[in-house]
Amino acid sequence: MYELLLIRYGEIGTKGKNRHMFEQRLRANMEKALQGLDVAGVERAHTRFYVELNQDARDIIARLQKVFGIASMSPVKRVGLDEAHITEAAVQIMDDILARQTDQNGRKRTFKVETHRPNKSFPLTSPEVSRNLGAELLKEFPQLAVDVHTPELRLEVEIRDRFAYVYTERIPGPGGLPVGVSGKAVLLLSGGIDSPAAGHLMMKRGVEPLAVHFHSPPFTSERSREKVLDLARQLAGPGGVIPVHVVHFTEIQKALNLHCPPKLLMTVMRRFMLRIAEAIAESKGAMALITGESLGQVASQTMASLLATGHVVRLPVFRPLIGFDKLEIIELAKQIGTYDISIQPYEDCCTIFVPRHPETQPDLIDVETAEAKMPIDELIQEALERTEVVLCGKD
Amino acid sequence: MVEFIYLDHAATTPAYTGVVKAMQKALQEVFGNPSSPHSFGLEAERLVNRSRTAVAESIGAEPGEIYFTSGGTEADNLAIRGTLQAKRRQGSHVIASAVEHDAVLETLRHLQELGVCEYTLIVPDEEGLISPKAVAAAVREDTVLVTVMLINNEVGTIQPVEEVVNRVKAENPEIYCHSDAAQALGKMSFRVNDLGVDLLTLSGHKLGGPKGVGSLFCRKGVRLISQNTGGGQENGLRSGTENVPAIAGFGEAVTTAVGDMRLNLENWRRCQSHLMELVKTIPDTAVHGTPLTMAPHIVNMGFPGIRGEILVHALAEKGIFVSTGAACSSRKQITSHVLDAMGVVPLLAEGSIRISFGAETTVEEIDILAGLLKQTVGELRSFQRN
Repeated sequence: MYELLLIRYGEIGTKGKNRHMFEQRLRANMEKALQGLDVAGVERAHTRFYVELNQDARDIIARLQKVFGIASMSPVKRVGLDEAHITEAAVQIMDDILARQTDQNGRKRTFKVETHRPNKSFPLTSPEVSRNLGAELLKEFPQLAVDVHTPELRLEVEIRDRFAYVYTERIPGPGGLPVGVSGKAVLLLSGGIDSPAAGHLMMKRGVEPLAVHFHSPPFTSERSREKVLDLARQLAGPGGVIPVHVVHFTEIQKALNLHCPPKLLMTVMRRFMLRIAEAIAESKGAMALITGESLGQVASQTMASLLATGHVVRLPVFRPLIGFDKLEIIELAKQIGTYDISIQPYEDCCTIFVPRHPETQPDLIDVETAEAKMPIDELIQEALERTEVVLCGKD
Repeated sequence: MVEFIYLDHAATTPAYTGVVKAMQKALQEVFGNPSSPHSFGLEAERLVNRSRTAVAESIGAEPGEIYFTSGGTEADNLAIRGTLQAKRRQGSHVIASAVEHDAVLETLRHLQELGVCEYTLIVPDEEGLISPKAVAAAVREDTVLVTVMLINNEVGTIQPVEEVVNRVKAENPEIYCHSDAAQALGKMSFRVNDLGVDLLTLSGHKLGGPKGVGSLFCRKGVRLISQNTGGGQENGLRSGTENVPAIAGFGEAVTTAVGDMRLNLENWRRCQSHLMELVKTIPDTAVHGTPLTMAPHIVNMGFPGIRGEILVHALAEKGIFVSTGAACSSRKQITSHVLDAMGVVPLLAEGSIRISFGAETTVEEIDILAGLLKQTVGELRSFQRN
């Protein structure tokens, strides 16, 4: 039926001089997402992209729905710049829709034609095209009636420089910015529900994430590590790859157990995690850290705790979930397909070492005093040396 | 190749070389469907029946009393569901030990929820033993099935199945007696006629055979309702094209395991007493069960103050593979229902691991295990939560 997919992008159209870079990145991301499918390539014309549709149409659309930067998509018919061809395409589209949706109990289906005409050299005005085409369709399909206010079907015609495009459907894209245009950031990825959702939101703003996971064998299992890698694979999306830095955190856990008052253990542990994440960020050219913290959700996420932990790093810490309720986070995690992975019952280090009643109002001075007994730099150095990088992608 | 010591044979075993060969032959050469009328079919049927005879002989049954299934779980299900349906008029009460495998316990729980049966669980003593008297005392007028496993998969307790059956049959000879012997074949000599059971479950992959195959012994004259309807294979009790390669491998494994049993038993007993001697030097260690009633290939012990799961991971890092309780349940719950039923306190149950030997296990491996166990338990205890 349709041989072409028209792809619109949103915000990046407005980015002035950077537009070229944005478009290139979006195109590269789309091409990566479509790898493995029978696709000739992504074609660009003005502020649109086009992908030829074939027997893989369903997969092509499903994958592109996950590519940030795409505002919407429409399967279109591309025809020459004359009314006869436009009408022919419109009749085919309408015929196909009406054939698929029968049994309306004799009730008329309402429609409306909308024409956009960026090509002002076309001899007819937009209202004229709409009117003529509407009349043709009414003649062809007696089961149709016009309703310009709340039509069931919206047939759109776009008249551009070389071709006209006819379509009825607008499939929403995920919006946002193409992954990569905002730069790199380090995502602190646990096996929980929140951190993948935080990563997703920042990717939506164009961030290319690299993940850091703190692994504490034997206190955490091989399976909990595998679960985190699965989360990264899911987060990477079609064609994407997220490197996961698996940090050997056991020695730090042991040192914390030895030196740190139980009430402050969580705070000091988070400080170590942020320091390590920052060291990795700096070595990889990343400019920010991302955490899944949500204000007040647990003891380590009170304002006092965020202050005491965030204090140790200079890079900005993005906390996109800070104002989310737990239920909203769960909803998001379900949408992006990480929830079912996160709820597998393998514990990560956060849940094993935490005392029953951690301090909710840690005092910065107490925390620093507790930490002073520990060989911080050595511990971090050792953990960094024992870090393994795993590239996580869908294939 | 990484050096490792595998001591989790109660979860599953590596296949014997002969088993792999038999399976390969069945996959590539004797690939016919046993139901086909031509020579390929006939050859496949012969292969299946040869395994049937081997399995039957190993437990003193007739070949016609062996029905191949997809494994122990399916055999348990068939025994329980098949009995309840066949005996619907006589009643729907089942007695089981509280230390049965989930294949039995979950099936009963599910059937009770559906209103298909009622069941009574018999709790063991602190050694894990079921009292035959207690089982007999639980018999009701509407009792139709009693199921008590032969060797417990987590602790290794050998249950007095023969005495249970005698006492139950004295109460009412019509009651079917089932025993899950998935852990027992190749680990102890037993014959179905001595045990007196009507139904008995076996599994392929616990004794050097492949996964995905098992069998149910169903005594001649005992009537079960089939749970798989279709082409009428396995004498109408278990429809579905026979898993010929797995059945061939199962038969081969049974022959080898039973043939080598005398040697294996000697070795395992030596390993077992050696291990129990060595762990005495680790403070605060408890071995669950007593040697007198314990299977030779399983040792379950607890180290209070440590989580068993963490100990398993720590040993795995050092190349030693053991388990917490049953492989199937160790991911769901922290403590085992078996240790729980034996009245083991949670602190000790939480810190329990299962070590299980196989044909290739050596005393030297036990030495290495004991040494690392002592070291690791010490390390982990120094990091226990305040």
